[in-house]
Amino acid sequence: MNGVLKTERLTKTFGGLIAVDDVSLELQKGELLALIGPNGAGKSTCFNMLMGQLKATSGKVYLADEEITDLSPRQVWRKGVGRTFQITATYSSMTVIENVQMALLSHFGDILRFLPRAHLLHREEALKLLDLVGMADQADRHCAVLAYGDLKRIELAIALAHSPMLLLMDEPTAGMSPKERVDLMELTAKIVRDQGVSVLFTEHDMDVVFAHSHRIMVLNRGKLIAEGDAGEIRNNPLVQEVYLGGGTLFTSEVESHA
Amino acid sequence: MELFVAQIITGLANASSLFLVACGLSLIFGVTRIVNFAHGSLYMLGAYLGYTFMQVLPGALGFWSSILLAGVSVGVIGILVEMLVLRPVYKAPELFQLVATFGVILVIQDIALIVFGPEDLLGPRAPGLRGVFRVMGEPVPKYDIILLVITPIVALALWYLITQTRVGVLVRAATQDREMVSALGVNQAWLFTGVFGLGSALAGLGGALQLPKGGADLLMDFHILAPVFVVVVIGGMGSLPGAYLAAVIISVLNVFAVTYLPQSTLVLMFVVMIVVLTIRPYGLFGREEVAGEHGQVGEPERPIKPASPRVQLLTSVFILLLAMMPIYSASFSLVFTTDVLIFCLFAASLHFLLGLGGLVSFGHAAYYGGGAYVAALLVTHANTPMELAFLLAPLGAGIAALVIGWVCLRLTGVYFAMLTLAFAQLLWSLVFQWGEVTGGDDGIVNIWPSEWLKPTIVYYYLTLLFCVGGILLLRHIAHSPFGYALRAARDSKRQAESTGIDTRKIQLLAFGFAGFMGGLAGALFVFSKGSVFPNELEIARSFDALIVVFLGGVKTLAGGVAGGVFFKGIEDILLKFEYWRLVMGLLIIFVVVLAPEGIVGSLRKGAERLNLIKSKDM
Repeated sequence: MNGVLKTERLTKTFGGLIAVDDVSLELQKGELLALIGPNGAGKSTCFNMLMGQLKATSGKVYLADEEITDLSPRQVWRKGVGRTFQITATYSSMTVIENVQMALLSHFGDILRFLPRAHLLHREEALKLLDLVGMADQADRHCAVLAYGDLKRIELAIALAHSPMLLLMDEPTAGMSPKERVDLMELTAKIVRDQGVSVLFTEHDMDVVFAHSHRIMVLNRGKLIAEGDAGEIRNNPLVQEVYLGGGTLFTSEVESHA
Repeated sequence: MELFVAQIITGLANASSLFLVACGLSLIFGVTRIVNFAHGSLYMLGAYLGYTFMQVLPGALGFWSSILLAGVSVGVIGILVEMLVLRPVYKAPELFQLVATFGVILVIQDIALIVFGPEDLLGPRAPGLRGVFRVMGEPVPKYDIILLVITPIVALALWYLITQTRVGVLVRAATQDREMVSALGVNQAWLFTGVFGLGSALAGLGGALQLPKGGADLLMDFHILAPVFVVVVIGGMGSLPGAYLAAVIISVLNVFAVTYLPQSTLVLMFVVMIVVLTIRPYGLFGREEVAGEHGQVGEPERPIKPASPRVQLLTSVFILLLAMMPIYSASFSLVFTTDVLIFCLFAASLHFLLGLGGLVSFGHAAYYGGGAYVAALLVTHANTPMELAFLLAPLGAGIAALVIGWVCLRLTGVYFAMLTLAFAQLLWSLVFQWGEVTGGDDGIVNIWPSEWLKPTIVYYYLTLLFCVGGILLLRHIAHSPFGYALRAARDSKRQAESTGIDTRKIQLLAFGFAGFMGGLAGALFVFSKGSVFPNELEIARSFDALIVVFLGGVKTLAGGVAGGVFFKGIEDILLKFEYWRLVMGLLIIFVVVLAPEGIVGSLRKGAERLNLIKSKDM
């Protein structure tokens, strides 16, 4: 098999609330898979379990046939998983390129070196990564003064620094303008094509999802309720009910916030 | 059994002042997020004012109204402090307010000295409550019983105010989410002022209430500070029941310790605190602080870059001037410069933790004084040669820092700061009370360097070598991958952990390294003075370093050193005056209010405005 990521009956409960309920999914090499669902459906919880921020209550996670359930975020990253955050996380006291160099320093095991000058190390590689996300011309700018969309692209460069086989993107286009959304998703699609990376992302903007993902999975109240390509999902009655009415969406939100 | 009950009653009575001061502090912290170090000073003012009123107002009615009046007056003083000193700095970088409150401590100390004189005042007995009650045959002062009753009443009144009234709702809401409360149209400024006034009034009340038991003196501000912080932290920041319970635990244990284990009284409360925080990291009733990434307050820190050739040249010239100092300058200025250099190394080591790591250690004196004591103890008890003791001292301090850091780094924010303070105080109490080994208050004397290092000039060069070397090393490491990782862990722990950086390991190593450098400064100090006393481990010494780093500028690499030179220079001039604390305190407050970027940051901004240096990218 060539599955890059596989979960088996992944479940997370918080007290009595079942946030993620028996989710099994599989991601192929070079695939761009969207995980969608209304607020409170369990997307972020799912993500945090994959990356090791949260411990799964039960179930297993495999990365290329190797079990990574309950590894720490650091270990998961070492196995070859990169991630971007719903709310950007960058080093605000550093320049753009230093943000990327930081990930490279970690990747090449340089963190505990006390003698060399950090800003001279891996500069070439960092520039290449910035060039890939279209930020090379801003490499030496101070990170704290950049626009939000630019920060998202820096995060992408950071996540790609150790040539991951899998990229997890939690709402990559949240807070962006429509043009920035399209640009970022086209960039992601290009990276998937060129580098053979697999991408799992969550998203609220349906235009983005339908236009760019190879396959879509729909999560509602912790359960996977549908799977398929854009056409299949659009015409799936269950999904329509969740998103467009029938009262299900409303009740699910009330319950999950109770 | 009888004695046991009597002691519990005494303990509960002693808890009352502690509780009042602690819940005032807790209240202020909860709403304004200001750790008010001047709270002990307000308590002291309460005692002095209460005493003064009691001299004028006669009888039992006079006594009790004096206590109330003292509380109200201190409340008004608190309001003035808040409006004049703190309001301008709410927007300043995090914990900068702390330095301002330290300035307030100094100012109040000298004002109390001017107004009330240097003599300790013996508190008047409460009229009608002079005798003792017999409780199971044991004498218990009547006043203790009264305190026992008053404290729960005050606590209940506060509880009613906080949970049942509209004001209380606002206070609780502000504790949870300040921005939201102000967005809902509540005048945040006045809410802060009001809470600060109330908290101050409680401190003043506590000070006046303990008059019949303890009187008033000029040291009580610092003496109450450590127990109050311990109580607030054990109880859980912002929790009233927690503060009460913790005050009772600490006071009762203290009474028993006085009876059965008198050497342990000071150490005990810190041991209790460390035990409690190990089991419940956020105190008995505290809730976890959500360490949100709201970014830094104020202007974001700029990227660092290695010194430009021009700066390198200037630094070289400066070091050369220092090296040639014995040629053109008198011996006493060499001694003074030695002091300044040692202090700069101490400050730079704290700056490394605080500036680069974002780890606000309130107890950095532990490593400075610790290093000094390691050297002194080795020389005195083990006849260690000076050179070896000099090298082992920083090692000892570094190892202590690793151990302490390992415990403290489980916590974040204010809890982290308080725990580091507690450990420093633990060391201080150990040294202070373990007289047979450490000499206690008399210190350890006759710790001189070896013959070849004895001449002032030679020792000056030794200091110059290690201090300049140490500072340059700290600076170099700031630019190394390790220094970058330390900043990364501070800027975004989330991102750092998700890219394989073990942030806790990095921070622990930084803690150990800063402790090592602090210990080196301590070792240089002890051999230059020939003696060491417990005050090198005091809270005040830790604060010296904190103030210096803040004044110099947290967000600039040169901040620690610039602040050190400034502070020592000013101190040298001011110590010649009788009321130097007043001037120093006012100076600190002025700098904090007028130049919140610190000295280096403000100079850089000024230069940028005048186009002397070009500003990048802003």
